[in-house]
Amino acid sequence: MRRVSALAHTSVGKKVLMAVTGFIWFGFLVGHMAGNLKAFTGAEHFDEYAHHLRVFGEPMVPPMGFLWTFRLLVLVAFVGHVILAWQTSRGSHAARQVAYRKQEHLSFSRASGFMRWGGVAILVFVIFHLLHMTTGQLHPDFVEGAAYANLVGGLSSPVVAGLYVLAMVAVSAHLYHGLWSLFQTVGAAHPKYHAARRPLAVAAALVIFFGFISIPVAVLTGVLTF
Amino acid sequence: MQLDAKIPAGPLQDKWTKHRFDMKLVNPANKRKYDVIIVGTGLAGASAAATMGELGYNVKVFTFHDSARRAHSIAAQGGINAAKNYQGDGDSIFRLFYDTVKGGDFRSREANVYRLAELSLNIIDQAVAQGVPFAREYGGLLANRSFGGAQVSRTFYARGQTGQQLLLGAYQALKRQVAAGTVELHTRHEMLDVVLVDGEARGIVTRDLVSGKVESHAAHAVVLATGGYSNVFFLSTNAKGCNVTATWRAARRGAGFANPCYTQIHPTSIPASGEYQSKLTLMSESLRNDGRIWVPKKAGDGRVAADIPEDERDYYLERFYPSFGNLSPRDISSRRAKEMVDAGHGVGPLRNGVFLDFKHAIDRLGSPVISERYGNLFEMYEKITGEDPYKTPMRIYPAPHYTMGGLWVDYNLMSNVPGMFVLGEANFSDHGANRLGASALMQGLADGYFVAPATISNYLAGVERKPVSRDHAAFADVEREVSERTQRLLDVDGTRTVDEFHIELGRIMWEKCGMERNEAGLKEALKEIPELRARFWKEVRVPGSGETFNQSLEKAGRVADFLEFAEVMCHDALARDESCGAHYRSEHTTEEGEAKRDDENFSHVAVWEYKGEGEAPVLHREPLAFENVKLSTRSYK
Amino acid sequence: MNFTLHVWRQDGPEVPGGFETYEARDISEHMSFLEMLDLVNEGLTHDGHEPVAFEHDCREGICGSCGMMINGVPHGPKGMVATCQLHMRSFRDGDEIWIEPWRATAFPVLRDLAVDRGALDRIIDAGGYISVRTGSPQDANALLIRKEDADLAMDAAQCIGCGACVAACPNASAMLFTAAKVSHLGLLPQGQPERYTRVLDMVTQHDREGFGNCTNHGACQEACPKGISVDFIARLNRDLVVSTWKTAGD
Repeated sequence: MRRVSALAHTSVGKKVLMAVTGFIWFGFLVGHMAGNLKAFTGAEHFDEYAHHLRVFGEPMVPPMGFLWTFRLLVLVAFVGHVILAWQTSRGSHAARQVAYRKQEHLSFSRASGFMRWGGVAILVFVIFHLLHMTTGQLHPDFVEGAAYANLVGGLSSPVVAGLYVLAMVAVSAHLYHGLWSLFQTVGAAHPKYHAARRPLAVAAALVIFFGFISIPVAVLTGVLTF
Repeated sequence: MQLDAKIPAGPLQDKWTKHRFDMKLVNPANKRKYDVIIVGTGLAGASAAATMGELGYNVKVFTFHDSARRAHSIAAQGGINAAKNYQGDGDSIFRLFYDTVKGGDFRSREANVYRLAELSLNIIDQAVAQGVPFAREYGGLLANRSFGGAQVSRTFYARGQTGQQLLLGAYQALKRQVAAGTVELHTRHEMLDVVLVDGEARGIVTRDLVSGKVESHAAHAVVLATGGYSNVFFLSTNAKGCNVTATWRAARRGAGFANPCYTQIHPTSIPASGEYQSKLTLMSESLRNDGRIWVPKKAGDGRVAADIPEDERDYYLERFYPSFGNLSPRDISSRRAKEMVDAGHGVGPLRNGVFLDFKHAIDRLGSPVISERYGNLFEMYEKITGEDPYKTPMRIYPAPHYTMGGLWVDYNLMSNVPGMFVLGEANFSDHGANRLGASALMQGLADGYFVAPATISNYLAGVERKPVSRDHAAFADVEREVSERTQRLLDVDGTRTVDEFHIELGRIMWEKCGMERNEAGLKEALKEIPELRARFWKEVRVPGSGETFNQSLEKAGRVADFLEFAEVMCHDALARDESCGAHYRSEHTTEEGEAKRDDENFSHVAVWEYKGEGEAPVLHREPLAFENVKLSTRSYK
Repeated sequence: MNFTLHVWRQDGPEVPGGFETYEARDISEHMSFLEMLDLVNEGLTHDGHEPVAFEHDCREGICGSCGMMINGVPHGPKGMVATCQLHMRSFRDGDEIWIEPWRATAFPVLRDLAVDRGALDRIIDAGGYISVRTGSPQDANALLIRKEDADLAMDAAQCIGCGACVAACPNASAMLFTAAKVSHLGLLPQGQPERYTRVLDMVTQHDREGFGNCTNHGACQEACPKGISVDFIARLNRDLVVSTWKTAGD
């Protein structure tokens, strides 16, 4: 912990911690996506999977124990990522109080300019998503435990489904630049691997994008029904 | 004026060693009781400050730049000499010493030059330890190249940015002391005068270039490392800020100015492209290692280089000097280039240059090798001219570059004003009438790292330890004079800009006291300069006020000093009725058109004493004795 | 050639500034950008105005004094040059040119286009050196350094400290400047003993000066007149992680 807090004392350390927390989220997204795709195997399977997450490790682990530990880890990573983003962007704003009258966009990565606002969009989406699919307040006919029905029901509105697709655009773009700059940030950048970095980041972002949007698309096109 | 060079007795090889032992030391506990002011943060100033700070003196450094990393030492491209003999090609301390004395056309002090050659070894060790990234061979050893005026490979280099890397090394050493609290660094402070108390240097007066505040600073000794005065020509390869103010102000307070007429013209600068030209850019002399210099045989030949066949090209340096060829010393190369251009063989749109051609080298070695050696110089050339030297030959022409003259100093680098030390290009000591390539960096660092920190203790040991007080009337007097002069510049409120006067002065100096001089021209210049100076003080316009960041005012003060100093330079050029090294009097040439020395009458250092405004300066002489080298006529044939 | 210049004028750090418009007439394409400004300044002086203050010295791209935002790009549109090496042939006749000072909280404007870059010097103070006493080193060739390492160190060491990286960075971060020095010294065997304290001290000072943090934008690399690569920032990041690991573990 001392080392982690020491890292958080410098701007570079903050960036490294953001990379680590971001990467945890990348891992989470991969798992989440794999889970989602189980919807294609049928309602029964999907509900069973959702139930299994709650009782994972029983009886060694109390009910919901695994899920909450996992949620906690993801939550800490998420909150940490957001706080660090908030701190660093505030620092950056303070670092240039007078804007240029004219400034050309000099950068080798277009997505980098999108990180902050994209991040804010993702934050809003995550809150919506939790209230929609996990706790149900924003879901018209939410039934606790009926994961498949909730999923298909929740996405049957084209507006909501479109929202999810849009959110995935933001997530993928964020992920693309995040993954790409991860190596730079943790200092693993090396001229030898430069060429591979961008395709890898693009591939990962695309997999996540299509993996996730396949669900709302499938619901809208009737591939997934009650 | 007393001129005692204080050269230690004994054999040449032992002088410095013995002298170091004989000098008085200041004991470690007492060092911090001594304040030392250093003006300038080039190689000499920064290295002296770093070393003296580390030794324990209380050092205050001043620079007019915004940072201690900007001084013009940074622009030296080619390299630094050291008699390491890493190439095993027969180099030695004595050979470097000999080359330097000979290159200086026998107008330098043997003892100083020998010490310089000795210390050259330590400089390389020091720089490497500081992390200066000198070029390396594949085996990990240091690489060397050869340089004009030498037949051995003894030049160490960091691509084409050797000066930058050495200066950053010194700057970092200085910053380390700043962090340690031993050195107090004052940036954006221009020294405008020196303060003498009872005939000894005890402080300076500066102007804060941001607030305009004039204030004095007191110390037990003052070290000037303020560079050279090539900008007296307006167009030179020096940075725009380089000026003579610090040394000239010291001269006005009684320091002797030695050999001001020794100004070096560098053979490989990019020719001016028009009237608006603000400065000239040097291309490293190292280019002459692989480039061949030529002009069309036919005067007025307007063809492009590629269209001129081999047999219609005149590789004139190779023709005149078969053994040194394109590596002939700077003054010779420069003069020959001017001769060619004057005779109508000039190339380029303004017919004001000669070719420096890499075609043969590229054919022989391939472009990758050439690019490795000179890539950044080629790029720089292309940026400035828009021409690609891999395809068409470069155009070069001589430009004022370095000034061998400077304040007179003894063997300890102390001027005739006790307590005033002068280092680097600002002093006159080591290069005689002409400096060899890659020797300026060497001298700046030898003076700063090794000589001055040792010799200053000898002086300080004899000075009372109690702090020098600024309450002494001398400080208030000089402060007042400085403020009044600044105000006078602002009050003229005429119609012409500072640059207009500077350009006019430069033209007089280039034409009459430049690469080639003669009695008639110098006498004209001596008439024109005072007239120009009088007009300056009547017609110049310096906008703004003295209490702000005012660049016109900074420039005006410097040009006003150049206008006084230029006269001394012409006096010296006129009095030195011989040709030697870079000082070429057209009345004194050999049958081959080379500089013809007059050792019988001019084997001396000419030291000028300031006698007041409008008064002719008085000449003093320090005779030069040559015991270890035989005076010979320089021949690079 | 003729140009319309919009130049930022500001009398001092505490005084508000604004743009003034000047016409630059009869400009030769071979003039450098600064020579063009010289000409404008001569005109201003003749007309009884104060000339535009801008920093410059060597005018050959090595001292790092000059630097201004030209049409939104540090050192102008040419790339790989300092402002003094930018020639008017890089513009089109009749162009409108916006000229602004470097803008960063850590670089207060002193006057017009001149800013105070002392913060960069203080980052060096914090550890941008190798602690070696004058006169004590071993023979220079006693230390073998691989040519590749020396060359890479030299790539980093080329930094001229002009501040273009800060000016270009959307976060006004000086990480490229800091990384160049950390890498130059960290790549050489001489720099090893202080390698990990150096990086931590320099980054800490960087943050203290009020520079923003690096977000891997890459604008710095594009703006750098010496083409210093952001790979050196990756190197710095790595060293910093190792450094905190080492120091916090003690």
